Amino acid sequence: MTGQKATNNRARSRMSLRRYLGELGIVGYVIRLAILLVFAIYFVVPLVWLLFATTRDPSNLYSNWFPLTFGSLDRLATSWNNIIAYQNGEMLLWMGNSIRYTGLSLLGSLAICIPAGYILAIGHFPGRRVLLWLTLITMLLPVSAMVLPLFLELNLAHLIDTQWAVILPAMFFPFGVYLTYVYYGSSLPGELVDAARVDGCSELRVFWNLALPLGRPLLGLLAFISFNANWNNFFGPYVMLNNDKVYNMPVGLNSVVAATSALRPGFNPTPGATSFVQADAAMAALFMIVPVVIVFIFSMRYVTKGAFTGGVKG
Amino acid sequence: MATSATPAALPLTRRSRLSRLGIGWRRHRISYLLALPYIIFMAIFGIGPALYALLMSFSKWSMGTPQYFAAGLDNYKLAYGDARFFQVFGNLLEFLIVSVPLGIGLVVLLALLLDMRPGRFSSALRLLYFIPGAVTGPALVLLVICILDPGISPFGPIFNFLGATNFDALVFPGSLPFVFTIMGFFSGAGMWIAIQHGGLQGMSREVLEAAELDGCNAWQKALYIKLPFMRPYIVYQTILIFALNVQLFVEPQLLTSTWVQANVPPQWAPNQLAYSYAFDVGNFGAAAALSLLMLGIGLAGAYVLIRWTGFFKLGGQS
Repeated sequence: MTGQKATNNRARSRMSLRRYLGELGIVGYVIRLAILLVFAIYFVVPLVWLLFATTRDPSNLYSNWFPLTFGSLDRLATSWNNIIAYQNGEMLLWMGNSIRYTGLSLLGSLAICIPAGYILAIGHFPGRRVLLWLTLITMLLPVSAMVLPLFLELNLAHLIDTQWAVILPAMFFPFGVYLTYVYYGSSLPGELVDAARVDGCSELRVFWNLALPLGRPLLGLLAFISFNANWNNFFGPYVMLNNDKVYNMPVGLNSVVAATSALRPGFNPTPGATSFVQADAAMAALFMIVPVVIVFIFSMRYVTKGAFTGGVKG
Repeated sequence: MATSATPAALPLTRRSRLSRLGIGWRRHRISYLLALPYIIFMAIFGIGPALYALLMSFSKWSMGTPQYFAAGLDNYKLAYGDARFFQVFGNLLEFLIVSVPLGIGLVVLLALLLDMRPGRFSSALRLLYFIPGAVTGPALVLLVICILDPGISPFGPIFNFLGATNFDALVFPGSLPFVFTIMGFFSGAGMWIAIQHGGLQGMSREVLEAAELDGCNAWQKALYIKLPFMRPYIVYQTILIFALNVQLFVEPQLLTSTWVQANVPPQWAPNQLAYSYAFDVGNFGAAAALSLLMLGIGLAGAYVLIRWTGFFKLGGQS
């Protein structure tokens, strides 16, 4: 089956240019390409600019007529060293914290949300609708209302300033439950589940041996959404963590931004915070971005490789 | 109706109902077991804190200790009577009108265009679109501030051509709904495109092949086959975008902070006003009262969508 799937994918991806042009028409081909490229510029140019900004002095940022220019390798090395050396390597400590928090939150949230979303999609149990509504309500709860009750709760359990104050709340992941629900609800063939039941599979076995393996694209999607949400989690940790040794990257970066003298108001009186355009700040931002890109590439492999092709053959 | 029932009939119905419940419990045991961890976490980190917030909205604080139910409706009167109240919700409305349709329309368009010809080019573009998703929160605002400063922006020549020569010419109260939309789309669109792409992977190849045999071209396939298939994902996205955008906070908050000093009011969005009640004034009750109104707006929007689209009737219930 995997072999057949692979050939399917390859056949799909190698649709010949001539056939493709015939399907789209020349005008359609040009329009499609133009739209896609315009958006590519919109998404990518700011990032390229950010990449170059790590190599440019403030004077260079303003004086150059062309905004996407390379500064100097010296400046790049300085930015790198400044970030690594910040408060005796605290940046690396935060990086380590972030990886640990994100990893544990990710595993926990997936273990909880996949079974729940699956059973909401295929089950017929009393309370299903209530659970769906509650999921929706908890997704819509404004952060400003939740922060204080959560803080009091975690304080009661003596978890403030520990990693669990970040990880445990993050394991509650209603967004993931909904996505799982949508995925199985729209893509898992009902005949397949029924066939497995008729063959004497218990509900647990249907879930474990059928739904989970068929959910590879879902797993990839959920993994990167959860990773992204947890890696960038700012507001919760900002309130729950006061000790800078347990900060994650976003909270740590925020403290860097607040503490760096070059970024203080008054240093650069012109509005628009151009003093913010610091090679160091850009480098710190890259520290946040690169891991997400790596995870994305891996998770998208999952998303495109697994599909329901050939699940039910007539 | 009850008069016609024999005395023995009542206990019998009750017994059968009880036994049905019993069977129901046993039959659905596995279902509840699979959902149980989620239910527990939801109670602790979702419903519990929410109920406490509700309680807070009727409470008042003296010397840091809460007096439950002492405030009555005072917090609501205070929050809803605030001069800024209509201002912030007006701002929010403008932002939602701009950001929700634009965000969803463009995401769906791009997802469909990418799916027309799967391959290396599409995969690479999908990755490119997604990378800005790694930039959120403080980093995003920082980057957008640079991008919107014509003096250093990579799009500077375009801004200058359009007559905007400084940051304040691009970022002012009237332009904020668009500024936040551009920010949000920059960092969020890639993820949604990937989700829609993941959804499209769940589509059966047979249907597409059949359409091809019937002579459908790429545009017709996208419009008449893929788009209807994407509907649940689009509804999902609409609900979430709506919910997230109602809670707009970090972006306006950072724009108004002292180091940016942008020309915008200190409380632009409802969430900021609630935050200001909670942490500037220390009135958690009023903050909760405002937050509940935001929740109400989010729920009303979601309810309309769910009713309208039959979203809960997916899969097993269809």
